[in-house]
Amino acid sequence: MSTMTMAKAINEGLRATLSKDPKSFLMGEDIGALGGVYRITEGLQKEFGAHRVMDTPLAESGIIGTALGMALRGHRPICEIQFDGFVFPAFNQITTQLAKIRTRSDGQLSAPVVIRIPYGGGIGSIEHHSESPEALFAHTAGLRIITPSNANDAYWMIQQAVECKDPVIVFEPKRRYWSKGEVDTENSPGDPFKAHVVREGTDATLVAYGPLVPVALAAANAAAEDGHSVEVIDLRSISPIDFDTVEASVNKTGRLVVAHEAPTFGGIGGEIASRISERCFYSLEAPAIRVGGFHMPYPIARVEEHYLPDIDRMLEALERAFAY
Amino acid sequence: MGAAQQADTGTSGSGAQVSPRPQAGNQVGNPQAGNQPPIPAGESAGVLRNTGVGPEEAVQLLDEHGGTHHDATFSPYIDKLDPDVVRGFYRDMATVRRFDTEATALQRQGELAMWVPVIGQEAAQIGSGSAMKKADYAFPTYREHGVALTRGLDLADLLKLFRGITNGGWDPRETNFHLYTLVLAAQTLHAVGYAMGISRDLVADPTTEPAAVVAYFGDGASSEGDVHESMVFAASYDAPVVFFCQNNNWAISVPFEVQSKVPLVNRAAGYGIPGIRVDGNDVLAVYAVTQWALDHARNGHGPVFIEASTYRVGAHTTADDPTKYRMGAEEELWKTRDPLARLETYLRAENLADDAFFEQVKNDGDELAAHVRRVTLALGGADIRHKFATVYAETHPLVAEELAWFENYEASFADVDTENGQGGAA
Repeated sequence: MSTMTMAKAINEGLRATLSKDPKSFLMGEDIGALGGVYRITEGLQKEFGAHRVMDTPLAESGIIGTALGMALRGHRPICEIQFDGFVFPAFNQITTQLAKIRTRSDGQLSAPVVIRIPYGGGIGSIEHHSESPEALFAHTAGLRIITPSNANDAYWMIQQAVECKDPVIVFEPKRRYWSKGEVDTENSPGDPFKAHVVREGTDATLVAYGPLVPVALAAANAAAEDGHSVEVIDLRSISPIDFDTVEASVNKTGRLVVAHEAPTFGGIGGEIASRISERCFYSLEAPAIRVGGFHMPYPIARVEEHYLPDIDRMLEALERAFAY
Repeated sequence: MGAAQQADTGTSGSGAQVSPRPQAGNQVGNPQAGNQPPIPAGESAGVLRNTGVGPEEAVQLLDEHGGTHHDATFSPYIDKLDPDVVRGFYRDMATVRRFDTEATALQRQGELAMWVPVIGQEAAQIGSGSAMKKADYAFPTYREHGVALTRGLDLADLLKLFRGITNGGWDPRETNFHLYTLVLAAQTLHAVGYAMGISRDLVADPTTEPAAVVAYFGDGASSEGDVHESMVFAASYDAPVVFFCQNNNWAISVPFEVQSKVPLVNRAAGYGIPGIRVDGNDVLAVYAVTQWALDHARNGHGPVFIEASTYRVGAHTTADDPTKYRMGAEEELWKTRDPLARLETYLRAENLADDAFFEQVKNDGDELAAHVRRVTLALGGADIRHKFATVYAETHPLVAEELAWFENYEASFADVDTENGQGGAA
């Protein structure tokens, strides 16, 4: 057990992968000497060489497309996309090529490429640096999407992503990069595609993932002061979604609130609300309620506090659920 | 413009230097060489065709009259060819043309959803494909039926995609011939990545068999950003890849001039890689140039760009109607440059093949066409369960849940059928 920031935990996770899998290597913009704009890959090029930690031309489609080709040859590329809003030049390669190579080849070929994307707001940055595009990728069959909310998951999930035989996108909540947490480098938290109940409760289920998990925990603590026992689930995996864990919780609590930073319309929250409404119709005391971003491009930094779900917005949603 | 954009010494099989040369420079042995009928400077779809993209200024070893020309760099690649190999080029070109005719007929008869004709481009494909070694790997677009033949595929397998039986149709690992890719230019990046993978394998294990990759694409795809990015990556990492652009002059209905104001080979210099323009209807020149490029790449000298100037005689696909957008005169001109006719003339003039040979090729082609038809018509339906099974490599609960639902749904019809059957009996 040691305490480290999420950034350091990912760095250590990448180091462990590079050490144990000679076919694995990192590729991306500025990840070598600089160590990445968020310093996630700091020191790795010095340790493993430019061959294992490759600075690429500034071309996102090129990064993913060539990674796919290298994976077909049996290599294990771990790509860094510098920012969430810059993944779109690679959207075509990810959705029409990477996600489909297995089914297009009738299962003969696979390209288990890992893509790391720092995502989400709350860092006061300018446009295209704070987006949450996870639903666009979750809608694409053939991809797996996970997102750590804490240092321990961050350490393990990157390694598990590389070990997975399918393409995996790891959305990293960049505003949590500097949050410290305990990391158990000996014992893995298990299946990365399973949700974790991170706070037990009896009156309502609050589902969140990535950057909003600590916010959800804080909201649950605040609700407890008002006498409400709120169970908090860290979804961890966005594709697949562990509906079984959410279902079991809602059958116990009777209420569901789902929170994420991405716009609510067409988002992951809607998917969870709909599925759980089907599965838990007779257990629900209130309609499932979503908390999320507005139907607008990610706003300028000076107003993002109004866009991002915070403790109060989650409490407001819980109040609405309790009002039924 | 020279045929070779960048000097490169000591890498070709002949050891010759590829150097810039004047227009139609060292073409000898044919009084008409360098005096080609110009491509009509007329209007086509409202576009003035002011940048002719015929075989002029391209490497040509065999002209449309069957005459041969010497080229210091590339001729050595064909001078040593066994006549059997040259006859094989003809046989393969004729075979793929016959196959194409049959596939078009199958589409017209409703047996294929669509077909992508290749007639006119046989030399570019048979020449380049034949230059590859077994360990080399080809990344095609969706029209490389000739290359598929050279890689040993059963051509009937190509029709499975177009019949809607599968998205693939063959195992790329058996033939080193990748799946067809319908998103334009996406495969050029995969090709470069695969080539980078070969380089990594060589670093990890020097006993790895050196190999190169050929990335096929067309003049239309050359406008896609992925082609640019693929060349940037290939150049940056000296990837052993040969970019083989078949400039067939038309991107569906849009003429070449809308893709580029200059011959595409000019772009190679901008990436710092050798570029060669070749008469894409001259199978011998295509074979020689591709061999040179593959040697260059395999020997660790990095990528090469080849622009094969050719012409799509037929439609883009069977859904297309070229009479709406291009002139008959242009089509007639290109018919005089037919790749099969010129090789036949050459083979006959050199006494390398006789009537019996051509008769045999024709009969074999008919036999192949019958085989393709037989196999295609016998293809069974597809089972969606197989699609459920191939979305992910590892278990995925959503896929499992939806498959279970589907099986129950399907089974409910079986119950109804059984009940109806019992009802009738009672």
